Amino acid sequence: MASGPAVRLEARAVTMRLGDVLALDGVDLAFEGRVRIALLGANGAGKSVLLRTLHGLMKPTTGEVAWSGEAPPPHGQAMVFQRPVLLRRSALGNVEYALAVNGVRDGERATQAAEALARVRLSHVATRSARTLSGGEQQRLAIARAWALRPRMLFLDEPTSNLDPTAAGEIERLMGEVHEAGTALVFSTHHLGLARRAADEIVFLHRGRVAERTPADLFFRSPRSPEAASYLQGELP
Amino acid sequence: MWDIAESFRLAFGLITGADPELGRIVALSLGVSVASASFACALGLPLGALVAVKEFPGRRVVVVSLNALFGLPSVVVGLVVYLLLSRAGPLGSMGILFTPPAIVIAQTCLVLPIVAALARQFVEDGWHEYREQLTSLGVSAMRAVPTLLWDLRYSLLTVVLVGLGRAASEVGAVMIVGGNIEGVTRVMTTAIALKTAEGDLPLALALGLVLLSTVLALNAAAYAVREWSVKHHG
Repeated sequence: MASGPAVRLEARAVTMRLGDVLALDGVDLAFEGRVRIALLGANGAGKSVLLRTLHGLMKPTTGEVAWSGEAPPPHGQAMVFQRPVLLRRSALGNVEYALAVNGVRDGERATQAAEALARVRLSHVATRSARTLSGGEQQRLAIARAWALRPRMLFLDEPTSNLDPTAAGEIERLMGEVHEAGTALVFSTHHLGLARRAADEIVFLHRGRVAERTPADLFFRSPRSPEAASYLQGELP
Repeated sequence: MWDIAESFRLAFGLITGADPELGRIVALSLGVSVASASFACALGLPLGALVAVKEFPGRRVVVVSLNALFGLPSVVVGLVVYLLLSRAGPLGSMGILFTPPAIVIAQTCLVLPIVAALARQFVEDGWHEYREQLTSLGVSAMRAVPTLLWDLRYSLLTVVLVGLGRAASEVGAVMIVGGNIEGVTRVMTTAIALKTAEGDLPLALALGLVLLSTVLALNAAAYAVREWSVKHHG
């Protein structure tokens, strides 16, 4: 999967005004290749809005988001939401639906969907109705559905919140496998442990601005911005 | 003077004895109602869903109109359909006035806005929940229409039943375009109206009981399906 020129995503002077609130304020970012980026920041810092803007769900008020390299959107990237919306059909049917929408031929869908479920270790519930799965299984199904589209970059919005530690650990392991298989990861989280282990770089947001972008190990030892320093002090016991 | 208990006794006798006249009327009633509800749903569900998910100029006007048509006076619908189908009307050459198809047309006109307006409401609520996820997967608004209709099928079953109930209980328009002709266009509601006027209370009561139990049975079935679906599909 990891062939061809590296995917490149660039946000240039992106601002996002939502009513009276400036949710993003002049964000400049570029991600190239198989990165692992964690977006950190307090509630309301703009993490979710930034993810949605990069993903293309929200159009910036000013500025632009540009893709280059192999597989531009929508096929080259996908997103996993904090609370995935699953369709009222089987787990397998949910993946098949995403494949159908993205132009995978009828004959190949079932096989690809079954493979996608196997990758997230959900084969045993393939025929179960998706909405009756546990929270952790639902999130894994959401990852399988997004992963089945073979994205070069995967966005995840707080993928482990609302999950118990075991389920969260499983999601973290899957994120590692998705990355291993050739996909760049950009995720927001409040779990600093996840950010420390699953990201190479931290983008710290504060009031809609990028306060700093630092390699993960360095960030947790000595953040450069005062905002991140006080965030870490408040968050870490 | 008539005795209400005696009327009930006779009514039950007609039902349990499978009275042929009663049977004919009930069969025709159910036939035309199921047909009109089917047409109304086939058109109204996609239409309502489309209005729910698609942004277009004048959308608010359409939504308000749909909701207003909800309370469409049935005799007015009957009158309009009558004018269209009468000998001198634009569709007069079809020669279907005072036939069951005329009833189906009138009932469809009455039920369609109800189905569309309710579907619009249900699907719009669903769209709020699904929108981000579906858009993220690359689903267009047009593609979302069948997806939402299918995913909300258990909720929309209620809409179908409301439509069916409305069609089955319709009197005014059916009387005008059907003519309440015995053996041809006499349905439960028009028969009840006529039999009551004639003083044939046992048959009127028997029909009323059948009508009531039909509507009750339909709603009980819908309730059971929804319960089952919540349990099995979440």
